[in-house]
Amino acid sequence: MPALPPANAANYSARETARRTRLLRVLLPALSLALVLLAIAWLNPRAISYFGFSLMLNLAIPIALATIAQMFVITGNELDLSIGTFVGFVGCVTATWLRDAPLLGIAVLLGSIAVYALLGALIYLRNLPSIVVTLGMSFVWQGLAILVLPKPGGKAPDWLMAITGFKPPFVPFPIIAALLIAAVVHFGLMRTSYGAVLRGSGGNPAAIGRAGWSLLRTKMVLFGMAGVFGVLSGMTLIGITTSADANIGNGYTLLAIAGVILGGGEFMGGRVSPVGAVIGALTLALAASPLLTFMRVPPDWQVAANGAILIIVLAARVLISRREA
Amino acid sequence: MERARALLAKPWIWSFVGAFIVWAATVAFTGGHGGGGMITAALALAVFMVIVGIGQMFVITLGPGNIDLSLPANIGLASAVAMKVMDGSDSMLAIGLMAALASGFAVGTANYLLIRALRIPPIIATLSAAFIIQSIDISYGRGLQIKPPPGFADFANLRYFGIPVLAILGIVLAIAAAIALNRTVYGRSVLAIGQNMRAAKLAGVKVHRTSFITYALCGTLGGLDGALLAAYFRGANVDIGNEYLLASIAVVVIGGTSVAGGKANVPGVWGAALFLVLLLTMLNTFGFSVGVRLVLTGLIIVGVITAAGGPRTER
Repeated sequence: MPALPPANAANYSARETARRTRLLRVLLPALSLALVLLAIAWLNPRAISYFGFSLMLNLAIPIALATIAQMFVITGNELDLSIGTFVGFVGCVTATWLRDAPLLGIAVLLGSIAVYALLGALIYLRNLPSIVVTLGMSFVWQGLAILVLPKPGGKAPDWLMAITGFKPPFVPFPIIAALLIAAVVHFGLMRTSYGAVLRGSGGNPAAIGRAGWSLLRTKMVLFGMAGVFGVLSGMTLIGITTSADANIGNGYTLLAIAGVILGGGEFMGGRVSPVGAVIGALTLALAASPLLTFMRVPPDWQVAANGAILIIVLAARVLISRREA
Repeated sequence: MERARALLAKPWIWSFVGAFIVWAATVAFTGGHGGGGMITAALALAVFMVIVGIGQMFVITLGPGNIDLSLPANIGLASAVAMKVMDGSDSMLAIGLMAALASGFAVGTANYLLIRALRIPPIIATLSAAFIIQSIDISYGRGLQIKPPPGFADFANLRYFGIPVLAILGIVLAIAAAIALNRTVYGRSVLAIGQNMRAAKLAGVKVHRTSFITYALCGTLGGLDGALLAAYFRGANVDIGNEYLLASIAVVVIGGTSVAGGKANVPGVWGAALFLVLLLTMLNTFGFSVGVRLVLTGLIIVGVITAAGGPRTER
């Protein structure tokens, strides 16, 4: 039996390595989440329980939804610096009008989604830098939030608190919700033909345009979806916290960007991953406080942990990509 | 006539026109009172935006994706460092100022190392750095209640004939930045990298060195801003730089610098900073509530950028 010629063998093993590094890269977000979970389990085994997860992941769902919103915008090679204040605005509307005058509340929330879609149109038609437009809009949403709710307060509608307070058997609600969000968005963006067009509008807009798809429409759909998930994020946030504050969502803008990138998304080229984004958001939410409280990290340094985790994960990704290249 | 038309064709002229219109509207509202005082106050406040705006301008000019999100944390840390080193005594003024600049330079260098060594996109690199710097600042500056040395505080509030000394410094800095941008190898390299990084590299531009200098420069200017803010507002504080993230980006873009990189505009930074400060003053004078003020500020920023239009040619 003749042995394989050496050149061929090298070729084969190179391909095999490339395949493995690609897989590693896809699994990296999940690996980092697993590492964080392991650290928690090691530091405090009792946290790995139904009650522990419900508590630790309490605020992960609004963060995951805001991250998905940001992901849609990044899919089209844009960036949304206003998603945090938008979530805050939605929160204020939810804690006031949606409870006291549901019809008005629903109309306002639908209207704000339409505003998002129109921003997409404006950015496309006038060829504007999205960073600046959304920067301006972040002032607008913040101002509107203060006008709706000048002082912290308000109360979430009862039906909303019933949904976010739901306690399913065996698996904690935040985990089910995360799986559901990841599955729905993954199907919509990665498995449907229009999802491929949306991603293509970020990857190669000229080709999508020549193939007869309206780039105006893709931009409006991407921003509209960001609005939809921003609204969901604000509503679940208020369902959990039960009352609102105009500044409640401000930290979400940067967390959402970090979550998308942590989940394997890239700023250019329509390369995003909904499942990765949800995992990235969960990792950040978990790492941000529960882990550090267990590790007795003083509160002063908890913000730094978010930065350190981002740097470590991205550095790991570079090491893997270097092998890929 | 020719000269007037050439002047109108300059992109930065519009931010000054906008600033003037806003000023005139406010003076008309108050019936001619306080027009001069308003300019004095605006000049002083605009300087803080100009200093970080110039740093951000060089970074943004490096091309798509380049942006420094660590400025607010950087400013906060530098303000604490300056106050702690000076410890309220005028004799330590120069050393404290140097310490603040060094703190900013270190932040800029850290940003660059993250971008270069770990190949992290600048947005995420500076964002992660910001998280860490913020923690350092919270821990280092806890309960810090040191007042700036009297000489430093007086200097920051000093004015001659209604013109703040800080504004004069800001103008000198802008002129220096304009010369650096248009007349030095470094500045031309920044522009070349922003226009086409590959071409710049092939033409022998030292890409890595130029972007290191740029991030370090932006960090150092952030440090300077932190020290001056602490002197002006008589004390350091973790949140002292918070508004300067949005402000630094806004003055750069409204001032006519291209977000896509490769095209920078120094006078526009001054015009846009004056415009923003006067705009806030106007909305204050009109007696609007905080909410309305924020909404109008946002709408005006979006309106200005829409009217100015994006780049005509695709990158």
